[in-house]
Amino acid sequence: MESIDIARWQFGITTTYHYLFVPLTLGLSVLTAILHSFYYKTGSSEYKRLTKFFGKLFIIIFALGVVTGIVLEFQFGMAWSEYSRFVGDIFGIPLAIEALLAFFLESTFIAVWLFGWDRISKGLHLLSIWLVAIASSLSAIWIIIANSWMQVPVGYVLNEGRAELNDFVAVLLNEQMLVMAPHTIIAGFVTGGLFMLGISAWHLYRGHQVELFGKSARIALVFVVVGGILTSTTGHDQAQHTGEHQPMKLAAMEGLWDTEEPASFSLFAIIDQENRTATREIRLPYLLTILAHNDLTSPVRGMNELQQLKEEQFGPGDYLPPIAIVYWGFRIMVGLGMLFIIFSMYGITLWWRGKLDTSKRYLKYAMIVMFLPFIANSAGWIVAEMGRQPWIVYGLLLTADGVSPNVSGGEMLLTTIGFTLIYGFLAAVAGFLIYRFAKKGAPEEDAPAHAY
Amino acid sequence: MDFQLIWFILIAILFIGYFLLEGFDFGVGILMPFVSKDDVDRRITINTIGPFWDANEVWLITAGGAMFAAFPHWYATLFSGFYIPLFLLLVALILRAVGFEFRSKMPDKWWRKTADHFIFWGSLLPAFLWGVALTNVVQGLPIGPDKNFVGHLGLVLNPYALLGGLAAVALFTLHGALFLSLRTTGDLKERVEKVARLMWIPAGLILAAFAILGYWQTVLFEGLGLIPGTLPTLTIISFVASYVFIQLRWHGYAFGATGAAIVLGTAVVFSGLFPLVMPSTIDAAYHLTVYNASSSDLTLKVMSVVALLFLPIVLGYQGWSYYVFSQRLTREAIPRD
Repeated sequence: MESIDIARWQFGITTTYHYLFVPLTLGLSVLTAILHSFYYKTGSSEYKRLTKFFGKLFIIIFALGVVTGIVLEFQFGMAWSEYSRFVGDIFGIPLAIEALLAFFLESTFIAVWLFGWDRISKGLHLLSIWLVAIASSLSAIWIIIANSWMQVPVGYVLNEGRAELNDFVAVLLNEQMLVMAPHTIIAGFVTGGLFMLGISAWHLYRGHQVELFGKSARIALVFVVVGGILTSTTGHDQAQHTGEHQPMKLAAMEGLWDTEEPASFSLFAIIDQENRTATREIRLPYLLTILAHNDLTSPVRGMNELQQLKEEQFGPGDYLPPIAIVYWGFRIMVGLGMLFIIFSMYGITLWWRGKLDTSKRYLKYAMIVMFLPFIANSAGWIVAEMGRQPWIVYGLLLTADGVSPNVSGGEMLLTTIGFTLIYGFLAAVAGFLIYRFAKKGAPEEDAPAHAY
Repeated sequence: MDFQLIWFILIAILFIGYFLLEGFDFGVGILMPFVSKDDVDRRITINTIGPFWDANEVWLITAGGAMFAAFPHWYATLFSGFYIPLFLLLVALILRAVGFEFRSKMPDKWWRKTADHFIFWGSLLPAFLWGVALTNVVQGLPIGPDKNFVGHLGLVLNPYALLGGLAAVALFTLHGALFLSLRTTGDLKERVEKVARLMWIPAGLILAAFAILGYWQTVLFEGLGLIPGTLPTLTIISFVASYVFIQLRWHGYAFGATGAAIVLGTAVVFSGLFPLVMPSTIDAAYHLTVYNASSSDLTLKVMSVVALLFLPIVLGYQGWSYYVFSQRLTREAIPRD
């Protein structure tokens, strides 16, 4: 393997791994803050115990998000120095602001919250967990501002082979970010909600601390229903925007080879990228045009035409992303998203009929469904990032031109193996701890405050 | 206005803040196995930095991000040039964080012992590597015409750089011992104070050797001549003052003095470099300077506004958190397993 391939694998492994923890942090921070707010408002010991219980799980996950995040920030300079030189002027700004605005807030107030039980006023203590939750989402917005610029570059001029900033507001309010950030963050809320639902279901299933976990299960259900619906509507916005600004990505997501007017929607396809065709396929007429344009007549451009356009614009080359991965990644994400909405709505009806705490079958499924958002989240990012290939910055810089020229394949391989081993080790330890604490259930109300 | 100068100073401030703050928590991590008699002592030692170490590390993340934005070439050359050392640094920081976060989650001896190893090595190795890296920068590196490092790992690990690593470890450990003396009580406090007393002279010798050899080894003193200027003199005075305060048992002042030595020493490095950021040993034409490594003026302007608005707020609430958690930790305060 060339160092470029190893560098890509390393970045893929690191981001995917990092992104197991980030959405959970996004969701659980808000949910813990909500539980804490209930405790603040009612003074009920049940909410206090739930706050401490989910807070503890949140901390384990948060810690892993932090340590893998540092690797990501360093990785740009270490393995992608040419990329860093090219984009630093613009891409560096949101990264620096993210650290200054969000990471400081998050890391300071999570400690204030953890160590602050009975030490600071109750109002301030509640405020500190809300600050952590707000900082988590803020950090997501800034990193998506950075990523959006890679998807749809705006507010720049090219100067001596580098992209230089000429309009900060355009970068800040990039339309791509405006459609991507809500979808990504709300999907994080759904992830946290299904996690909370699954853990609660585990206790309800065993008839353990039913009073407590019945409450958290209901909060989680509402969270997932609302979040699930919003994830699908914001996702729809994002896909339409992609069709406009990254037509090749949309065509790959839909496995659309030839321009169609109106375009049909592919339900199932076995893709043969080499021969540029699908060997088996089921297509539904009109549907893609309806989804992409909200009408019955507009065309959707296919990959063959787009490839030709790109060749005219950028010279000869292969401008197709890996299609099968993008096509199926998209279908997995959307399918799971639909499943989450249906599943949580069904849970609400059980609640309505007073059967939520006792429906063993539903509780059992909830314990399985809690693992699926991780697949959906990864699939979504794979669509976004693989669908952009062969570009690292869409239309401006090829991925192959972004890699560090002075780092050897051997060095890249060594560190990739090293990081992967450590990630595996961390996953095992964290999984074990989460299992242990989740199983134990909520601590007593006056359980000792956090200490290392 | 010279935005390059402003951002050079701001990045220097971010690194100074990082070494000042993470400096003592590295020191605490290094000392933890040696000053603790039992598990309660170890937990107290870790708890002294419990509310702070994560936020301290954010100084590094911010410095990295600011460097990326303000001086992309500096960031790219430095990070790709120190590829393997930075990999080791990341591994160490990961294991250290895991040690802190997961140690108390299980009562088993083997579990905690493993965490202790993570904390010790995860503190020692980064402290050492920062010393090595910074020394390499002021020594100059083989940087070619395309702004890339063209040397090999053996070069980075040269004897003088290793001495630099040792000097950083010595200074941070002393700084950490003094921090511990402010946050502990009883026997543990006695022990860390003894460590500070005993280690000052060896630490001083290492630092003196590092500084004196620096005249031949680094670009820093080219502009300064034989007689050190104000900043180096103040650095020396601060470090010597820490000896006096340790002997007088005024540990708060001693902690302030080692802190001042870290701040001033780092300032010597950065001011000595300016206007270079990465000197090249191949040809002066290949030096990375604040001007040929920087972003556009607009980026620097935008970043200046952001820093001006938010850095004071960050300093405000971080300072407040140190105030909230300023009391000493006692054995009674540690919950039983």
